[in-house]
Amino acid sequence: MKSFDYVRPASIGEAIAAARAPGAAYLAAGTNLLDLMKGGVSRPDRLVDVTHLPGLDTIEKLPDGGLRIGALVRNADLAHDAAFAKAYPAVAEALLSGASAQLRNAATVGGNLLQRTRCAYFYDVASACNKRAPGSGCDARGGDNDMHAVLGWSDGCIATHPSDFCVPLVALDAMVEIEGNGGRRQVRLEDLHRLPGATPQQETVLEAGDLIVALNLSAEACNFASHARYLKVRERTSYAFAIVSAAAHLSLANGRIEQARVALGGVAAKPWRAREAEALLAGAEATAQNFRRAAEAALAGAKPSGDNAFKIELAQRILVRALALASAGTPERIPALPASPFSIHSGALHDA
Amino acid sequence: MNHSISLTVNGVRRDIALTDPRVTLLDLLREQLDLTGTKKGCDRGQCGACTILVDGRRINSCLALAISHDGASITTIEGVARGDELHPLQTAFIAHDGFQCGFCTPGQLMSALGLIDEGQAGCDAERIREGMSGNLCRCGAYAGITDAVLEVQQKLKAEKERRVA
Repeated sequence: MKSFDYVRPASIGEAIAAARAPGAAYLAAGTNLLDLMKGGVSRPDRLVDVTHLPGLDTIEKLPDGGLRIGALVRNADLAHDAAFAKAYPAVAEALLSGASAQLRNAATVGGNLLQRTRCAYFYDVASACNKRAPGSGCDARGGDNDMHAVLGWSDGCIATHPSDFCVPLVALDAMVEIEGNGGRRQVRLEDLHRLPGATPQQETVLEAGDLIVALNLSAEACNFASHARYLKVRERTSYAFAIVSAAAHLSLANGRIEQARVALGGVAAKPWRAREAEALLAGAEATAQNFRRAAEAALAGAKPSGDNAFKIELAQRILVRALALASAGTPERIPALPASPFSIHSGALHDA
Repeated sequence: MNHSISLTVNGVRRDIALTDPRVTLLDLLREQLDLTGTKKGCDRGQCGACTILVDGRRINSCLALAISHDGASITTIEGVARGDELHPLQTAFIAHDGFQCGFCTPGQLMSALGLIDEGQAGCDAERIREGMSGNLCRCGAYAGITDAVLEVQQKLKAEKERRVA
């Protein structure tokens, strides 16, 4: 690991001033950053440790009934917060389907949003990677790319965003609260991450010194709490990144869908909101046929970026399954195998 | 540049001079404090061999900078038994063949202690397996590990019920 200066700011203002310098990076739990630094993928000159900043580790109820989640709240604490899990159950299920218990105990909300792709060529410093070394090319294009993007990719980069947490969040119109040089601002999570285009090294809209301080979920997003699921296909039962995943939220009245909030994971460089699917589902009956039509619409623009045409059909099937499970009802308790399509129990009695 | 931190390690306060901010909790324990029970497997957060409790919570010590944990209270495998008297979880690992080579065992034990404290898995073998999935065992002693944790959970539950009754 390259050496770095360590800075522990006492306030958000000090943190921003320290992180504005070229080569500076924020350190929260470090569960992704330290791994990248050990591999020489990230080489910051200065680490600005925000874990001791006061006031960023609380979950607050907002006056309008929404929730404000501090950027330093740990993944496990958020998932097991009873009020949060009841209001946003698919988000809690997504959190618990990610990483391991040890990592969830450390990893933070803000860090999760900013985690880097798990593309093996990004991680391997001997490989060409436009994201890590702009202009060097993309060895994933001719390499092992069955896990790579099928939506929104470019000739320069076919990497995917690895977060589970972000998938239901983007469906629920979560807002990211950012403090930076110009004061505090809010950005829709959907707009936080960029598609690669010709500049895959620019992964987010954050500018130098910008610090994510909180994540906001609206009261309106609670309306889907009784019909919300997150499903994730992995290469093993637990402790693996998604091949594809889907978050499905429905509001139902007499078997008819009033509104739907749908997103996909593992398919693109950002958590992928599926508005075409939502539009088809609104007002439709909750039937397998309508779920299939919605899933086809969600993937209509997909194309393989390598040996991954299977992901297009797989994403449709996992979305159909997520919609069917959401329509059956959110389980009383998060299943023993969160988000797993291979759990032995299904439907509303998933935890029976 | 020197940084000094203070940690409580297995109940004993330690004031520590760090010569380099790159030192992880894992390397600090093993190289500077001679607590080599905590193992370095992958050193990248993938195997769980380095699991310790920090302020009562299980984490991967390989992905934690020591300097960032100033003031923390740490429990390692060396702090689990009372003298020669093994912790009930350690006894259960022996009874159920919860290990073969033993390299992953300190991490398995610390992870299981964390899992028991978290109170999410109960006596459900499937939840225990899921909760322990961050600890790899290349000898494949998973069945024994699950049985050992399950037995301890069942005993704790029985004790709790006795106290209530």
